[in-house]
Amino acid sequence: MSKKEYSFYPGCSSQKGASASNYQVSVDSMCDVLDIKLNEIPDWNCCSASIGYAGGGVLPRLALSARNMALSEQAHGDQDIVATCAACWLATRETKERLLHDEALMKDTNEALAAGGLKVEAKQNVRHMVEVLIEDFGYDGLAKNVKKPLDGIKIAGYVGCQTNRPFGIAGESFENPKYLDKLIETMGAEPVENYDKKVSCCGGALIFSEPEKSHALIKDIIEAAYDGGADMIVTPCPVCQLNVEAYQDQINAKYKTKFNMPVVYYSQLMSVAYGKSGKEAGLDGQVIAARKLEEIAGK
Amino acid sequence: MSTMNQAKVEKYRNDFLKEVTANVEEGEWVKMCMQCGVCAGSCPFGPYWEHPPQEIFMMIRAGKREEVLTSTSMWMCTSCYNCIARCPRELPITHIMHGLAHYADRLGLAPKNQPTRKFANLFWNNLTKKGRANELKLGIALYFMNGFIEGIKTALKMQKMGLNMFKTKRLSPMELLGGHGIKDTGGLHAILKKAREIELANAEKFNG
Amino acid sequence: MADEIKIGAYICQGCGIGDRVDTAQLAQVAQRDAKASIVREHAFLCNAEGVKMIQDDIDNEGVNRVAICACSRRAKTEAFNFEGVAITRGNLREGVIWIRPDTDEARETTQDMADDYVRMAVTEAKYMTPPKGDDNTKYTPKVLIVGGGVSGMTAAVEAAKAGYQCTIVEKSGALGGAAAKAWKRIPQHAPYADPEDTGVAELIKAVEESDKITVHLNSHLTKTSGAPGRFSADITTESGSTTTENFGAIVQASGYFEYDARQLPELGYGKSANVVTQAELDAMAKEADGGPIKTKDGKEVNSVAFIQCAGQRSEKEGHLPYCSGHCCLTSIKQAMYFKDQNPDIDTNVIYTDLRTPGAGGEDFYRSGQQKGITFTKGAVSEVVASGDALEVKFKDLILDEDTSEKVDLVVLATGQVPNSGVDIEAMAAVVEGEEDGAEPEEPTAVQVPVESILNLTYRQGPDVPHLKYGFNDSHFICFPYETRRTGIYTTGPVRRPMDMQQAIEDATGAAMKAIQAIENAAKGRAAHPRSGDLSFPSFRREGCTQCKRCTVECPFGAIDEDEERYPQFNEERCRRCGTCMGACPVRVISFENYSVDSVGQQLKIVDIPDEFEEKPRILALACENDAYPALDMAAMNKVEYSAFVRVIPVRCLGSVNLIWITDALNSGYDGVVMMGCQKGENYQCHFVRGSEIAHVRMSKVDDTLQSLSLEPERVSVHEVAITDIERAPALINEMAETIEKIGMSPFKF
Repeated sequence: MSKKEYSFYPGCSSQKGASASNYQVSVDSMCDVLDIKLNEIPDWNCCSASIGYAGGGVLPRLALSARNMALSEQAHGDQDIVATCAACWLATRETKERLLHDEALMKDTNEALAAGGLKVEAKQNVRHMVEVLIEDFGYDGLAKNVKKPLDGIKIAGYVGCQTNRPFGIAGESFENPKYLDKLIETMGAEPVENYDKKVSCCGGALIFSEPEKSHALIKDIIEAAYDGGADMIVTPCPVCQLNVEAYQDQINAKYKTKFNMPVVYYSQLMSVAYGKSGKEAGLDGQVIAARKLEEIAGK
Repeated sequence: MSTMNQAKVEKYRNDFLKEVTANVEEGEWVKMCMQCGVCAGSCPFGPYWEHPPQEIFMMIRAGKREEVLTSTSMWMCTSCYNCIARCPRELPITHIMHGLAHYADRLGLAPKNQPTRKFANLFWNNLTKKGRANELKLGIALYFMNGFIEGIKTALKMQKMGLNMFKTKRLSPMELLGGHGIKDTGGLHAILKKAREIELANAEKFNG
Repeated sequence: MADEIKIGAYICQGCGIGDRVDTAQLAQVAQRDAKASIVREHAFLCNAEGVKMIQDDIDNEGVNRVAICACSRRAKTEAFNFEGVAITRGNLREGVIWIRPDTDEARETTQDMADDYVRMAVTEAKYMTPPKGDDNTKYTPKVLIVGGGVSGMTAAVEAAKAGYQCTIVEKSGALGGAAAKAWKRIPQHAPYADPEDTGVAELIKAVEESDKITVHLNSHLTKTSGAPGRFSADITTESGSTTTENFGAIVQASGYFEYDARQLPELGYGKSANVVTQAELDAMAKEADGGPIKTKDGKEVNSVAFIQCAGQRSEKEGHLPYCSGHCCLTSIKQAMYFKDQNPDIDTNVIYTDLRTPGAGGEDFYRSGQQKGITFTKGAVSEVVASGDALEVKFKDLILDEDTSEKVDLVVLATGQVPNSGVDIEAMAAVVEGEEDGAEPEEPTAVQVPVESILNLTYRQGPDVPHLKYGFNDSHFICFPYETRRTGIYTTGPVRRPMDMQQAIEDATGAAMKAIQAIENAAKGRAAHPRSGDLSFPSFRREGCTQCKRCTVECPFGAIDEDEERYPQFNEERCRRCGTCMGACPVRVISFENYSVDSVGQQLKIVDIPDEFEEKPRILALACENDAYPALDMAAMNKVEYSAFVRVIPVRCLGSVNLIWITDALNSGYDGVVMMGCQKGENYQCHFVRGSEIAHVRMSKVDDTLQSLSLEPERVSVHEVAITDIERAPALINEMAETIEKIGMSPFKF
């Protein structure tokens, strides 16, 4: 199969020394196996996620994503824009849809972009990495590269919010998307059936401003994974990963729980299943070590 | 702006609805709510809203301008998009809440000490400065957003989490010195400035 | 020759009947016990060869009674359709082999069952005469339509299009009714976004241009007599001149009155000229004709509040307890009158539950929101004058607070009160009360000037009976338009509240029913639900005691009384339910193919084993409309039930004569189960009152049981729906268990 190329929008959290840097490491090694070439959008900027609204109005926020798209058009022509971060994907895709459905908005946005010497058409597809995997490779295609099936690991597929709503992965339902479970199965692991917090919110950015309320949500997400007999949680979203993994100490202190639940990215599962080392799969970036994955990676 | 703050609003008339339509992101959808309450039942922070979304929509229609714009409610939105996915009338509720929050903030009516309001502003300032979010600076600013003493307490509470992140190289002390950023900050700032200008001009036009 | 009874009994071996029961024995039973003249077995009776065999016997052997012992009477009706003979069916498939286990232990009782059903089928045939039909029928392809509103005009135009002459009798001086007073109507076409032209002018034009439609304005009916096919109506004008015409059927489209808003002083009606009803607002809009709508004192309206459910959906005295269905959409339409003229006019619709029925209802609501109409979930307590404006005080049910709004104009969404004529049942109750010497009860319903619409000369009263809230009785789900007066169909808001679009659809249906009635009457056939039935009831005059039960109980007012106070049957009005037959204490009423004997002799021919054989017998009388099909479907699902039951289908539980129960108990049956349809306000009885009447009659069966010293549990009456596929067999099994508990009947010989 020939190399597949995409215009890549990594996002702030994937940068070196940032909270999802290990996600990026695993994505790189996964793409290596799948022969995917990610062409980084030159000089991309932050999308303002879903929390920039207080300071930025609609148009400034859309302008941020429009600038990224404009840069992508300039550098990578009609390559699909691919993001690994749920918020980056959502903000960019939403901008594309809104610009294409509102001529006045398109005009205003281009007027703003012109101040920075740019112009946007917003014609390229804006896709999440998961969509690339499912649609361009398919579960069978992804299964072909499995060298070390993840036998004996039970995993709760935590889809979360922003890869699921309001756009979601094509063909999946909002209330019970199946793609993550299918990916888990494809990698040889066992998904938790009926994981009832699959699409629940972890608090998102409000973990910072409303920590107690968010911790209560996270507690339920982890508890449901334990109830389902999960060895670990897998997610496609950097915010979900951070929120569910990194605050378990604080939640344990508050709720007298003994959570020690590893939370990994789908790309980490895939890297390990594809025979990459623990380091290549970014497992050294886990706050809570994913021992069962490490064992397989170490074999 | 000050005249806007004292806008006279008659009860159950369209005055405030028109103001919202002109100034708030997706505000033209407010009138389409049919009061089913699915949004309130779908919100992860539902119990914490002083007025759940459908109530906010009704308050707008009832002309409760002051109460809406000073409310903490829309600052409770976690952007999970559950309400959007489930709204039978397909109202972009998440966006309307963001829009109301932004408008209240712009008018200076948003509650001063609302933590999400503060954090959201910090985030915007942080990202627009260099074009990318600086998680460490953002974190430190966040600890101290409620003052120095509170900040030290929060920082201590968060110490272990921070250390974990440092250890796993997911938080870098290098960020304090410069850190990540884009090259063309000038261009970005010009774009944002222009965008803001256009937006305000559009609202003016609509307000007549 | 015609009077000589020659019964052919035909026993089918197909569908497994031959494998499960001894058909040779059945043939023997048919001949020996039931005295069939010709008995034949066939491997596949419903195929062409089997059918030909029967037809040959009819043609060549003079067979005039055919007893088909095969499947249920509800199956293979097309194959087993022989002209000019009486046909009975012994149900060996659904009634026997499908409901019994195929085991050695069950074989004997299964055979017993089949034997009995063969005896019963042949016996029933013996007591049946092929219906000849009514010779005195008339064909009058003319429809009388009472009311010249949208419903009436639509019915006329539709019937005229189908080739029937129509006469519209309209009380007022113009066609159009309530709709003609409206400026626009709720939209009927996609995208359902804006009010549409009422279409009344075109409808009037269509009526006036039709050479088949005659219109009598300023007229009403002073006398209506006859029956389907031969109605005679006196049409009297205001000036008093009367013409008499004959009609085949009648459509009553007498519409509604607007609820009297003066009963709502708390909402300011009558106190302020700026509180108006929806009808008044439409008149104002018509006056403005697209320009600004002005109040009575000539001021332009800048703000309006619409108060939904004004005096409706309320249990308060003098209010309407029901929802009139159209008012929410009407308020949206009217709010658009303002918004479309000037979007800056504030319009607030205050509702407790917004109901927007119909295909486009939700779209129209959305369009209203799009146009900026405010919708407030709230309960209005009061409207008071406040300076120039009106203050609407209400509780906002979303914000949970008492609040108010100041507006220039208030519109009250008041409801529809049916113009359905005299409530003949209340009238009868009053008469009965007077006879009993009791004070007549004060009616609490909303009072409207009550004049008879039809002035029927029927024994049971001058108008079509009401069901609830004064609306005419017509089963609005199962049998819309059908009233309890055959050939008279109600349509439009007189039978239930509705808007213009619904009235148009409704009237189209009523026109079709009227046409069916005309055609059926001409052929002497029954109308719904025994459509096509040629039999009709006759009575033995010399046996009649003039007790009036039949004339009182007939659900369809088919029986008048002649000058000598004997019952006078109007066949064309009859639905062939047999309620009169069930009512008759001296058993003088019968149909050619359904009589006290045709059922009574069946139950008597059943073999009653003596006490020591431990084979009880249960008689089940099952309504052919619901209970019997439910048992058939149970059989298709292979639901087992007791082998001791013998099921006889009846036309309606109302046709069950007490003598059958007495005879059954006297002849040694251990239990009797009766299954009719749901009765009461939400009745499902195909004959409206049959099941109810039967329940009343059977409440008196205890006396019979007592006189025989039998336990009351031996007789049970149930309401069974067609969907009771599990329950109907369970009721039979329940009786079998009861008998096991209380023991066998002592009346076995």
